[in-house]
Amino acid sequence: MNTVWFWVLGAMLTAYAVLDGYDLGAGVLHLMVARDDPERRIVLNAIGPVWNGNEVWLIAGGGMMVVSFPKLYAAAFSGFYLALMLVLWLLILRGVSIEFRSKIDNPLWRSLWDTGFFAGSLLLALLLGVALGNVIRGVPVGADGYFQGTFAMMLNPYALLIGLTSLLVLAWHGSAYLRVKTEGELLRRVTAVSNALTWASLVFVILATLGTFAASSTLASNYRHHPAAFAFPLLGAVGLAGGILSRGPDHEKRAYRFSTLTIIGLLLAAAMTIYPNLLISTVNPDYSLNIFNAASSPAAQRDALIANLAGMLAVVVYSSYIHRTFQGKVRLGEHGY
Amino acid sequence: MSSAVFASRIQFAFTVMFHYLFPVLTMGLGFFIALYSTLELKTGNERYGKAAQFWAKIFAINFALGVVTGIPLEFEFGTNWSSFSTFGGGVFGQTLPMEGVYAFFLESGFLGMFLFGHGRVSRTLHWISGMGVAVGSLLSGYFIVATDAWMQHPVGYELAQDGTVHLKSFWAVLLNPYVGWQYVHTINGALLTGAYVTGGIGAFYLLSNRHPEFARLAVKTAVIAGVILAITQAFPTGDQNGKAVARYNPVKLASMEGLFRTQRGASLAIIGMPDTQHDRLIDPINVPKILSYLAYGDFSAPVEGLDSYSRELWPPVSLTYYTYHIMVGLGTLFIGQMLIGLFLLWKRKLASSRWFLWTLMLAVPFPYIANEAGWTTAEVGRQPWLVYGLLRTAAGTSHTVAAGETVFTTLGFAGIYALLGLLFLVLVGRVIYQGPEGET
Repeated sequence: MNTVWFWVLGAMLTAYAVLDGYDLGAGVLHLMVARDDPERRIVLNAIGPVWNGNEVWLIAGGGMMVVSFPKLYAAAFSGFYLALMLVLWLLILRGVSIEFRSKIDNPLWRSLWDTGFFAGSLLLALLLGVALGNVIRGVPVGADGYFQGTFAMMLNPYALLIGLTSLLVLAWHGSAYLRVKTEGELLRRVTAVSNALTWASLVFVILATLGTFAASSTLASNYRHHPAAFAFPLLGAVGLAGGILSRGPDHEKRAYRFSTLTIIGLLLAAAMTIYPNLLISTVNPDYSLNIFNAASSPAAQRDALIANLAGMLAVVVYSSYIHRTFQGKVRLGEHGY
Repeated sequence: MSSAVFASRIQFAFTVMFHYLFPVLTMGLGFFIALYSTLELKTGNERYGKAAQFWAKIFAINFALGVVTGIPLEFEFGTNWSSFSTFGGGVFGQTLPMEGVYAFFLESGFLGMFLFGHGRVSRTLHWISGMGVAVGSLLSGYFIVATDAWMQHPVGYELAQDGTVHLKSFWAVLLNPYVGWQYVHTINGALLTGAYVTGGIGAFYLLSNRHPEFARLAVKTAVIAGVILAITQAFPTGDQNGKAVARYNPVKLASMEGLFRTQRGASLAIIGMPDTQHDRLIDPINVPKILSYLAYGDFSAPVEGLDSYSRELWPPVSLTYYTYHIMVGLGTLFIGQMLIGLFLLWKRKLASSRWFLWTLMLAVPFPYIANEAGWTTAEVGRQPWLVYGLLRTAAGTSHTVAAGETVFTTLGFAGIYALLGLLFLVLVGRVIYQGPEGET
């Protein structure tokens, strides 16, 4: 049951990274690729009907963490206190930027929220990666299972490398999404940026992989004991290779599928790196929080799994339906942003 | 109480109270949008469709603020209340992910469809989306009230050896006897707020001679719904919720009523000032025996006073007492005002009685105050417990987070929320100014 929950959480956060990832990526790029108001509206309307639902994956994932591994939730959230508050404020900035921009038709007003959307998306994509880097590398968890994070500790070179990788891969993923949703001159510009980001992602994923070999204390033994898990990094490699082969016109949908595959592969590979730990202690490996000592009771885990998986089945069905309803190129109309 | 605990309490109180200003209208307005959409689908009358579209514009702005101010609250369980999460995450946490899985996905997914789907989806599907949003928002209320109810009246758990609680019964937590009436009372309060907001904006249009057809519909709907909701707010929902408090949190009831001494046939204080120095109510106006009747259905039943509890187990008496009396006082005025409105509607003078329209317009802030006051009663009245009888509030915070950090982030929230509040008023003000005929 503990292992099942580890992978359920991994799946929830991966789904969040894939889904909110493309709208974060779109936010990172929209100042660069969309030059005038109609183009920026196309970018916003491309994510408009779905971005809010995408963010729910993070909220639901957080709730699942409380119920399955309460000690992890308690230690990680209080330990990364100031960083998480920054994440909250960025989520607020980004959310209101998307919603408020269209409400007043004034160039100054719209520039203001365009910048908010860009800055919020950029910093979130970066910070989520920094957080992931610290989870892989470990934090100074003490004997009581808690730690106190400082900015100097959190912004270590390895975590920054993962942060940059996250930013570039999500920007690439966002560009792949926008290739599917745009046309004409805008599509041409998006494709050019996407092309560059594909290569940049490849370089940084290789660097991040090498960095992880150096920074992680658990990687080698985990993959030695579970050789089947090599499928995950392989999945990421296939995604990147496919992305490089899908740069040309007429391959928009394929490129998006490959960037999705890359994110899934990389995040599952990262999860495998720390398994069965949840928060590795850099002070003493015995203090690490893992899927056993951070877990709630077996009954709590079992009932929460049944209750939420049933609901998630329905969510997957109607979310796919909603995504399908809005598929295809964006046309500006009377309704929307 | 240490300053770190106090800082975390202030932060949670501030962020949750600011947050609740929005979902209360999300739930309330969602109901009226669903009502108008249904009427449009059934009658084919375009004015219902127009009304639904206009309210949806305000709903969208309100919803966005509800979302962005809601996320911090879930985070705060971990950031500032990590000992509480460790203590009971497996039990009270059952309802948290379910709120996301069963309510937020529904709400946000179908809101996208509702707002962006015009012309792209069929009329029936558009109507279903509207219903999905309304149902989602009402469901999210259930899960979060159930989470709160576990803190008011913990059930379905067993104490473990390590001092935490383990889940014993999932269904006991989900169907906590405390949830039922508290939830209905909460939702009823939200719907009443929706009635006041729609009615108040309608009254504004009538008073300024704009959009008369739209405004008459809004005021009429608000008064009819408002009469029913104002009455059900007091009886049965408020009454039954009060009985649950009497049964499960008697010391909270004693604070709410300012009852310092245990009495048989206890009287109900309509007004009066609690004096915790001398343990008495100053200048009370009492109605004999009514409190015993309201709490236990028996005019001579004994009601426990604060003297039955050691002083360190008392909640802050004055705050609990005043917020409760503000809620009940406002609730009584709502009933009176809506009954007058119904009388005018019956006399066919509703749209022309300018004095009444003025009172309806100016009343818009008051249901918000009543909702906030009611929740303050519920949460402050639970003190000094975080989980009633199990975990003290002082023991629930994060010891790795310093008071200064929480003060700093609280100031950050205060600044951001002041801006958000201002933007909300400006943007909703513009929508109201442009009116239902205005361009998008």
